[in-house]
Amino acid sequence: MSEVRNFRAIGQRVIRPDGVDKVTGRANFGADFSLPGMLYGRVLRSPHAHARIVSIDTKRAAKMPGVHAIVTGADFPGVQSEEITGGEGAGNYKDLAVNVMARDKALYHGHAVAAVAAASIAEAEAALAAIKVKYEKLPAVMDVDTAMADDAALIEEDLYTAGLPEKPTKPSNIAMVMELKRGDVEVGFRDADVVVEETYRTPTVHQGYIEPHACLATINQGGQATVWCCTQGHFDVRSSTSKVLAMNVADIRVIPSEIGGGFGGKTTVYIEPVAVLLSKKSGRPVKMTMTREEVFRASGPASATKCVIKIGAKKDGTLTAMTAWLAYEAGAFRGSSLAPGAMCIFAPYKVDHFLIRGFDVLVNKPKVAAYRAPGAPQSMYACESLLDELARKLDLDPIDLRLKNAVEEGSQAAYGPKFNAIGFRECLEAAKRHPNYALPLGPNEGRGVAAGFWFNAGMQSSAEIHINENGTVTVIEGNPDIGGSRASMALMAAEELGVPYDRVRVQIADTESAGYTNVTGGSRVTFATGMAVIHAARDIVGQCKQRAAATWGIDADMVDWQDGHAVPKPGVNADVKPLSLADIAGNAARTGGPLLGRASLNARGAGPGFAVNFADVRVDPDTGKLDVLRYTAIQDVGKAIHPSYVEGQLQGGAAQGIGWALNEEYVYDANGVMENAGFLDYRVPVASDLPMIDTQLVEVPNPSHPYGVRGVGETPIVAPLAVIANAAHSATGVRIRELPLSPPRVLAALEG
Amino acid sequence: MRYAAPTSMKEATGLMAKAKGKAFVLAGGTDLLVRLKGGFVEPDLVVDIKRIPAVTKITKAGGGFRIGAAVPCAELGENAALKKAWPGVVEAANLIGSDQIQGRCTIVGNLCNASPAADSVPAMVAAGAKAAIAGPRGRRTVAVEDVVSGPGKTTLKKGEIVEAISLPKPKPKTGDAYLRFIPRTEMDIAVVSAGVCLTLGAKGVVKSARVALGAVGPTVIVANAAAAAIIGTTLDEAALEKLAAAARAACKPIDDKRGTVEFRIEVAGVLAKRAAKIAYQRAGGK
Ligand SMILES: Cc1cc2nc3c(=O)[nH]c(=O)nc-3n(C[C@H](O)[C@H](O)[C@H](O)COP(=O)(O)OP(=O)(O)OC[C@H]3O[C@@H](n4cnc5c(N)ncnc54)[C@H](O)[C@@H]3O)c2cc1C
Repeated sequence: MSEVRNFRAIGQRVIRPDGVDKVTGRANFGADFSLPGMLYGRVLRSPHAHARIVSIDTKRAAKMPGVHAIVTGADFPGVQSEEITGGEGAGNYKDLAVNVMARDKALYHGHAVAAVAAASIAEAEAALAAIKVKYEKLPAVMDVDTAMADDAALIEEDLYTAGLPEKPTKPSNIAMVMELKRGDVEVGFRDADVVVEETYRTPTVHQGYIEPHACLATINQGGQATVWCCTQGHFDVRSSTSKVLAMNVADIRVIPSEIGGGFGGKTTVYIEPVAVLLSKKSGRPVKMTMTREEVFRASGPASATKCVIKIGAKKDGTLTAMTAWLAYEAGAFRGSSLAPGAMCIFAPYKVDHFLIRGFDVLVNKPKVAAYRAPGAPQSMYACESLLDELARKLDLDPIDLRLKNAVEEGSQAAYGPKFNAIGFRECLEAAKRHPNYALPLGPNEGRGVAAGFWFNAGMQSSAEIHINENGTVTVIEGNPDIGGSRASMALMAAEELGVPYDRVRVQIADTESAGYTNVTGGSRVTFATGMAVIHAARDIVGQCKQRAAATWGIDADMVDWQDGHAVPKPGVNADVKPLSLADIAGNAARTGGPLLGRASLNARGAGPGFAVNFADVRVDPDTGKLDVLRYTAIQDVGKAIHPSYVEGQLQGGAAQGIGWALNEEYVYDANGVMENAGFLDYRVPVASDLPMIDTQLVEVPNPSHPYGVRGVGETPIVAPLAVIANAAHSATGVRIRELPLSPPRVLAALEG
Repeated sequence: MRYAAPTSMKEATGLMAKAKGKAFVLAGGTDLLVRLKGGFVEPDLVVDIKRIPAVTKITKAGGGFRIGAAVPCAELGENAALKKAWPGVVEAANLIGSDQIQGRCTIVGNLCNASPAADSVPAMVAAGAKAAIAGPRGRRTVAVEDVVSGPGKTTLKKGEIVEAISLPKPKPKTGDAYLRFIPRTEMDIAVVSAGVCLTLGAKGVVKSARVALGAVGPTVIVANAAAAAIIGTTLDEAALEKLAAAARAACKPIDDKRGTVEFRIEVAGVLAKRAAKIAYQRAGGK
């Protein structure tokens, strides 16, 4: 149970320890590592969206100046089919291996077909140009409608739809079908006064992290590899590299760099196994960095989707039935974010009858990767848009409609479990009371509201705490710091140990120096790794009590820990002075040696996160351009360890969601080639596109965490898509059911 | 690749004229260096003109202005007299990229890069700007709209370098304005744009006008019919509608990732109207 207590460190807005180096350019990111004798690796990529690879001739390239090694699919071992666990997206190691380097088919434009290591980038690129690949072009399958059609070209020829009662007789591009249900929707729709049904579409979008993937790999003659790279999870890089190259996990050491954004996109590997193999073949260290263009074409974007939603309701807004038909693009390999998208879609609402059918669909695009609350923004955009349309029909305030049906503690979640303490209702009420919700609107302006939801994850984490001889504290953990987690870990250690924040340092250690830790993803780090840090600190406190007890000659259970000091319990008959952490550490040699605390755990009970966002937009009726005037993000964050960084998560998620809603999309030509593989034409919002994003933190403690923490990083991106779409409807009077709401699309809709 | 930074225009044109292979002038480099890094061009010679004192200044000449080819766009915004005389040209130059880009980029580079979407070009054309060109065989002056012949192509001959842009002294009661459409607020490329310059006669009647449209054809479009639609009017609603219709009729856009043909044509009319209204106000019309 979470404890009601007065925090000393928790809740302070301290300065993150990695901040100065990051803003001055001193921090080392993925591309900043070099070794003597290092080569540069570059990748040859498929010019076709779908083609059979007939032959690859590397003879001439191998003889070119500066070239040390060339690899193709033939140099990689065969990999057994095995589901990937512990990451944040669905997938299979066999597919991962083929994604890293194509074998007999190129499955999307940009798919890696060969790689060269040479003394310079120019020599590597010259060699790539000399590699001759013979392709036999196949039809490119670029959307779910085409992919699901009976006569569709097959992307994987022996893929039989999973999840059906019987194995189908024919292969298809539908990798998996899933169903979630409760009650009988026929009954629910019969009970409804109003039934609405619409189809919504979202495009392929990219996380848009600033730092392209980069790594440096070296392997010695004993077969032991070291990899420096930017990743959200170096233990996952280790396991993936070991599977793709059939290497022993113990022979791969992965050292994470600072990371320039990931948002889920750096939870898998693209270049690391290639760099290791090139290093093995050349006997030299090999550095690889992807260009921005390669990042767009060949890393993992988020699924494009088609969602058909149907909702039945009583006149007073009570929901009687909901159905969802969801088709998610997985890219060229099975494993979209369909499942979480399906599980989240109705999570905020109480409804007796629902049915969700989902399809995981292959298309000739790069394999999707996790993107912040993977799957939820797409499905919930559809549902939250239709709820808005329903509210208009019933002439209800959109917040009231949601309040009428909101889940609360004890409600059975649509995805299965009963909710523990949650803050959805509190968020809705806070939104209703918020002064921004009452602001008057001008001409061509409109307001939109939507809810967001994400489960949040727990999973495995480890932490060690070393008390230095002067009583300062070193925390060692294994989660790359993306959102300021070093600061949060230090705050939690400071809280438990009763020392000031500035006495604590946090190290993100490599795979051989930190205990196994799952990826920085699932909004799990402050919750799960934070819990490990708290337990490790409690381990230290326990040891300190013992050391003090030994010093004082009393029993350890007669010692308390208060304000960073060991003190005798009230009533203990001993004339002793309290011992500080520094006192105990300084005397450690005489009381049993260094103070080393540790914890490892598989954290359970990650509290789900609910959000309610609303925004005002103005449309230019002559050009179709939407301007976001105000944006308010309200979210149940459990307990904000570092409120500024929590607010930053809400703001960042809103910014990305607004970009998804307004302009971001992969634009493909008729051959399945992305036309806008750069930040000029793949339009993420720039700072001046956004208003200040107002935040309000609602704190309903998560009972499964000692301080009440629940994950906060992903929920923020879920609501904004529908918020903007709903606001755009209010401003224009027209409903557009496809994202992005780019000016040409809006103008066309306005002109009917 | 050879890099040269001559200190006189004579030297510069000499280098360009004698160059074997591909030779490029380097002004701010905000186009050229990006293309170089992207592997789209592989120059044999780069001639940097920023060390040539004569082209790094804005000078007043006969009531007009001569803007040297190496003057960064930020300096246009800092020149009060220029801003007062030709606010439309300056606002166009100050829309390019961002503060960082404007600290480097030039309007001549913007022109010679020959992108159909170049921001300063429609504004310069509407204002009746001229380009002063130096070459191995002497100097010549042409209208700005005659410098570009197609996407990425100019009418400059081997060895020729644009030295400066000259803007005339604005006639009394003249106003100019430039507007572009981008899906974002900055760091973007015009999907369609319009520059309008007009001079008023008595009683707020438009005496003369020029309308130039960007990103709706292979080069900037001088929309004479659009200008004619407002001459003799007080820019009333009917005149504005005629202006928009004529501007739309002049467009020959393409469909691409940045916008559809229909969108570009529609918005060209919208921007022409809006720019005309601003120019009219600036000219003192009510
Ligand atoms: C981030 C970014 C944002 C941008 N945003 C915009 C924008 O909003 N609007 C816009 O219009 N452009 C934009 N651009 C493009 C570019 O900044 C402009 O076109 C700029 O005006 C180019 O000027 P420059 O001096 O940097 O040209 P340079 O790169 O130096 O030169 C451009 C071309 O012109 C030639 N050239 C230069 N000077 C001469 C000369 N005196 N005589 C003959 N040839 C010459 C060069 O050889 C080269 O081919 C942007 C660029 C970047 C990188």
